[in-house]
Amino acid sequence: MSDGEITPAHLVLADGSIFEGEAIGAPARVTTGEVVFNTVLSGYQEVVTDPSYAGQIVTFTYPHIGNYGTTSDDDEAARPFCRGVVVRDLARRASNHRSTSSLDSMLSSRGVSGIAGVDTRRLTRILRDTGSMSGAFGTGSYEELLAAARAETGTDGVDLVSTVTTERPYHVEGGALRVVAFDFGIKSTILRCLAEIATVDVVPASTTAAEVLAMKPDGVFLSNGPGDPSAVPYAVETIRDLVGEVPLFGICLGHQLLSRSLGGQTFKLPFGHHGGNHPVRHEASGRIEITSQNHNFCVDPESLEGRVEVTHLNLNDHTNEGMRVLAAPAFSVQYHPEAGPGPHDSRYLFDEFARLMTEGAN
Amino acid sequence: MPRRDDLSSILIIGSGPIVIGQACEFDYSGTQACRVLKDEGYRVILANSNPATIMTDPDFAHRTYIEPLTWEVVARIIERERPDAVLPTLGGQTGLNTAMALFERGLVGVPGTPELIGANAEAIATAEDREKFKEAMIEIGLSVPRSGIAHTVDEARGVMAEIGLPVIIRPAYILGGRGTGIASTADEFERLARLGLEASPISEILIEKSIAGWKEYELEVMRDRADNCVIICSIENFDPMGVHTGDSITVAPAQTLSDVEYQRMRDAAFACIRRVGVETGGSNVQFAVDPSTGEQVVIEMNPRVSRSSALASKATGFPIAKIAAKLAIGYTLDEIPNDITRMTPASFEPTIDYVVTKIPRWAFEKLPGTSGVLGTQMQSVGEVMSIGRTFPESLQKALRSLEQGRAGLNADAAEKQFDDLSDDDLLARIAIPTPERIFQIGELLRRGLSIEAIHEACRVDPWFLDQMSILIEERLRIETMSIDTLEPRHWKRIKRLGFSDAQLAHLWARNEDEVRAARVAAGVLPTYKTVDTCSAEFAAETPYHYSTYEDESEIRESDRPRVVILGSGPNRIGQGIEFDYCCVHASFALRDAGFETVMVNCNPETVSTDYDTSDRLYFEPLTKEDVMNVIEAETAASGGRSPKVIVSLGGQTPLKLSGQIPTELIAGTSPSSIDLAEDREKWNELCDRLRIPQPPGGTAVNLAEAEDIVARVGFPVLVRPSYVLGGRAMQIVHDRDHLARAMAELSGFGSLGKEGGLSAERPVLVDRFLEDATEVDVDAIRDHTGEVLIGGVMEHVEEAGVHSGDSACAIPPQTLPSWVVEVIRAYTEAIAEALDVRGLINVQYAVAGTNVFVIEANPRASRTVPFVAKATGVPLAKVATRVMLGATLAELRSEGLLVDSVLDGGRVAIKEAVLPFNRFPEVDTALGPEMRSTGEVMGIDSSFGRAFYKAELAAGTVLPNSGTVFLSLADSDKPAGIVVAKHLRQLGFLVAATRGTADYLARFGLAVDRTVDKVSEQAGETAVDLIAGGAISFVINTPQGRGGRTDGEAIRKAANMYRVPSVTTVEAALAAVRGLAEQWDHPIDVCSLQEHHGR
Repeated sequence: MSDGEITPAHLVLADGSIFEGEAIGAPARVTTGEVVFNTVLSGYQEVVTDPSYAGQIVTFTYPHIGNYGTTSDDDEAARPFCRGVVVRDLARRASNHRSTSSLDSMLSSRGVSGIAGVDTRRLTRILRDTGSMSGAFGTGSYEELLAAARAETGTDGVDLVSTVTTERPYHVEGGALRVVAFDFGIKSTILRCLAEIATVDVVPASTTAAEVLAMKPDGVFLSNGPGDPSAVPYAVETIRDLVGEVPLFGICLGHQLLSRSLGGQTFKLPFGHHGGNHPVRHEASGRIEITSQNHNFCVDPESLEGRVEVTHLNLNDHTNEGMRVLAAPAFSVQYHPEAGPGPHDSRYLFDEFARLMTEGAN
Repeated sequence: MPRRDDLSSILIIGSGPIVIGQACEFDYSGTQACRVLKDEGYRVILANSNPATIMTDPDFAHRTYIEPLTWEVVARIIERERPDAVLPTLGGQTGLNTAMALFERGLVGVPGTPELIGANAEAIATAEDREKFKEAMIEIGLSVPRSGIAHTVDEARGVMAEIGLPVIIRPAYILGGRGTGIASTADEFERLARLGLEASPISEILIEKSIAGWKEYELEVMRDRADNCVIICSIENFDPMGVHTGDSITVAPAQTLSDVEYQRMRDAAFACIRRVGVETGGSNVQFAVDPSTGEQVVIEMNPRVSRSSALASKATGFPIAKIAAKLAIGYTLDEIPNDITRMTPASFEPTIDYVVTKIPRWAFEKLPGTSGVLGTQMQSVGEVMSIGRTFPESLQKALRSLEQGRAGLNADAAEKQFDDLSDDDLLARIAIPTPERIFQIGELLRRGLSIEAIHEACRVDPWFLDQMSILIEERLRIETMSIDTLEPRHWKRIKRLGFSDAQLAHLWARNEDEVRAARVAAGVLPTYKTVDTCSAEFAAETPYHYSTYEDESEIRESDRPRVVILGSGPNRIGQGIEFDYCCVHASFALRDAGFETVMVNCNPETVSTDYDTSDRLYFEPLTKEDVMNVIEAETAASGGRSPKVIVSLGGQTPLKLSGQIPTELIAGTSPSSIDLAEDREKWNELCDRLRIPQPPGGTAVNLAEAEDIVARVGFPVLVRPSYVLGGRAMQIVHDRDHLARAMAELSGFGSLGKEGGLSAERPVLVDRFLEDATEVDVDAIRDHTGEVLIGGVMEHVEEAGVHSGDSACAIPPQTLPSWVVEVIRAYTEAIAEALDVRGLINVQYAVAGTNVFVIEANPRASRTVPFVAKATGVPLAKVATRVMLGATLAELRSEGLLVDSVLDGGRVAIKEAVLPFNRFPEVDTALGPEMRSTGEVMGIDSSFGRAFYKAELAAGTVLPNSGTVFLSLADSDKPAGIVVAKHLRQLGFLVAATRGTADYLARFGLAVDRTVDKVSEQAGETAVDLIAGGAISFVINTPQGRGGRTDGEAIRKAANMYRVPSVTTVEAALAAVRGLAEQWDHPIDVCSLQEHHGR
């Protein structure tokens, strides 16, 4: 490996901060997006292919990324939706019996650009202190990258759901119950968890309540997805028509959309929650769940006072992590109980959904 | 759930002396536990026999019992203190075993006795009893290796027939894998099964299908009483299954597990801790993974805080022992704040943004006869940890932290050793795990062998090999570059891969200072990042740093006066916890006095590397480059004002650096005084000037010079290298052949780049050896006004010739006339004055008849400082540190820090050494001038005999009350043997002896009960037969000079193998007999340190 094989690249944030690195993945002169950081130690492939990262550049805080390669089994969607990845060190050689391709070639073949060699801790500290920020990276000049970073609109108020949702409905064979799942950016692991309890019909985000109810499901699932819940008013409208009609279970964006459909407010966190180690307290039992998280927006539970019971609380920053609707069979969580990647502490929620649907049928 | 109010007093059982498999990590955990419980308002009672620990400082508990950790003695403590609960999970295997022994006798854990908190007896039994554990794991659906249990060799054969070879044999209830081994042949199987049954206190072994070569992982789990479980850290072993995890290079976090696999392992770890039933606290669960299929099996779990927990704590910043103590008293994880972020709770899983590498350090060179091959039984005596942003950086830092003459992964002078080895030789060598394997792999990579070929030979995961290959490729590139034309980006890339300036100097044939100057000129300086448990997601309050080469440094500025304390690095024989104790005390004393304290150390087991011991912690190698970097970073962070640096409390490690640190920065005794004491010629002049006699001798750099000295002083002579601790390679030489061997051996060290070595700078000292002399050690402090405080005068039990670290010693002196003690005091004062000491000095003397000879003086902390402090109640290390920073003894007296010694005629304190022979059956247990003990215990009581008996008991030598004592004495020891035999008869013992000893005793009217033949004669019954047959309850065998394969050696090895208590010097035999006699009259009684100190 001679010096010449490295392609120098830079990452520039909208505030002008500059980071040196080298280009990895698909070649690109300029890649822009909202820069966020994720603190997982393993599960990079799931993160890169998670549709919720649409519009974002993901920084991994763990320095070695790509160590165990990639396998199609770990894809959370058919293709990656994040704009790019920032790492300290990209593994040159992967080692794991499951691996079928290196992360570098997976990124290249799927058109995802990245930058390696970055002081990701310095980057994380900037994002932590000033909040998520637009940025641009690539082989372009500093001026070019800075201009692109400043021109990047970010994710606020942007309907990213429409860029990731399925074009047409599809069917996933599974358990005895029947669930209709809204695809706002649904992850494969969620589908696997749902299939354990139900046969699932996945529908596009724009599907109407009437269309859903016509399918006579036992329950409706509101998936995770990218970006700002206030930018998808059509989904909020649809959900409003479903509340009380059919048992509902929402995850992440699904939780935010359900809240908004009940008249609740959502707001943006300074730098979001992206990782696999967030403590959440299940209020009814007092039990702590270590959870997988990936969101920048958050529900304001006070705006829902009297309409919901807060079921889960984030112990790091005391933000809302889950609720149960008082007047209807519906509940949702902000975090990712399916955990792809992440701990399995919260998978019981899928069983609760099954119970809600079964009790609803009785 | 809040703190439990139904408890008011808690007994913590410590781990006793430092032994292989159980080291400083339990001082770290016990100290944290004591602090937590005291802060929570409980009355804390501590039992631990190890005086060198921080936890046994009288401030850390309400009642501190430095007493033997046997169930009988702990039962006495319980009787006296009536605690409400016993916390056994923070004192290692010793704590757990002692608690179980108490439980089995109905003394704890049953109604009407103290409650066992942390883990109950059933949980301990489930985790520790291999059969129960295996059944429990199968019951919850986890895979375990195919195996069977045996209690006899016959049963073992049956199990082996069922599962087939190769198998691994593990005894139940052992620590550090003692008695464990892999058998590939029927013969090996027979031998290991027998050893294993012997090692297990309940004669039980697990025979298990060998999965050598699989990948090995560990997860550190915590659970609270609300059943919340979290993983603190995952660890992946560089060395695959087959090498004990304590002897493996390990890396955190796990590197080659996909999230799918990791989460499955996490689920299994939780299932395991729940099934075993560890109610609260930390446990570690070990897994093996088949690299070709991903199949996971559970290997074992420790239902307590372990060595791995200490590593995990230091690796993540999450204080496992502290949290475990809080969980034991009823808190739940979410009720405890994360100390580091302060804003978030402890109920989370740390995530890190760096790579941690741990590498063990072994002492095979001190144990002739050992193979040096690593296996399933732990043999290392210490370890280092390093932190880097990437594995290559972290690996190089760890390798240079070891202080074994290596500057990183090769690229240093020592790599010359590979020149004569072919590729095939090296490939054959890496198939066998040894301490050198990592370097051999590096050399093979340099020669261009493929990762596949190397993996095939050693089974190390290809990811690790590829990462090493990145280093090697860079090294080859460095060799083509020139220091004069290197661009900053090249410098940065090289330094990011962890290359030391010393490696670069070697590759470029420059000196290290030139490399440093060029690097600094290029503007490439280290940055310091923070260990914060959360990968920077939250702001960290705790200043725990490591160096790397990145964009941004995180050191906070302040303008308080700073003191940098250089720690003692990895534990090794001769340099262990005693020095960590001194460094920690220095930090405490200086913080109290308003200084900002900065600790530099790389040993994860220690209290000094706790993030709250000092104001700032740098987890860094103790090399010139790394230490100077810290000093410069600290200078920059305090507006350009240089800190003071303490080099004299951490043993040889910092002392060796003292010449390379600007003199004006060094606190206390100046480096020139240190040099004056070390430089033989200057030292001779000083002694001549003071008219203090020394044994005649001189220095030699070759055999001819050594022979000249001998011609002058006569045999026997003591031959030793200068500048080493622990008597490394020290020998007593009786003839010319031996002298030639000794000199050759010493020059061999030089070429291997090990410590010591023969060179003009480091000559060998050759001195007349004083036979039959009594050795005396003095620890003293002198301040800048010239006042000298004599901390303690210690008389050794074993005569001169046994290394002071291996000898028992007593305060106050027991046989020396008071005028001799006065002379020793006067000499010590004069030497301290002449050396212009500011701080501690240790002086060693040999007293032969009426002559007092000075052997050596070291103006630094000695190994005995903590023992003296515990025995006398005077906090010597704290006082010395303040003196080093300018305080006078008078000032400290008025401040109340310096108090009077409490040790008067009424009490005797004995320090006894603890030796690692039970792990090395091939080694002769006779004591000599080379130190081999790993730890120490203290016995304190109202008389010498009683204190000695306690010290022996604490050290694991259970002197019997009855039975047959076997006597075999060197000719020079035979007169004393008369006294020994006479007393033994009076105490009702039967006496067996070798023919020579028996004939001698018969002449003085002492007929022995049984006479045996020499082992070498092979005629009738031998001593070895008697010992093997269980007929002997105590062995007294003193070596005849220093010879080869003698009868005595066979006898001592047999005693070691069959666990028969033995002593190898006649002085120890006399002391033991005194102890037995006094023990006879008054059964053992206990007393706390606070009572001894009158507080």
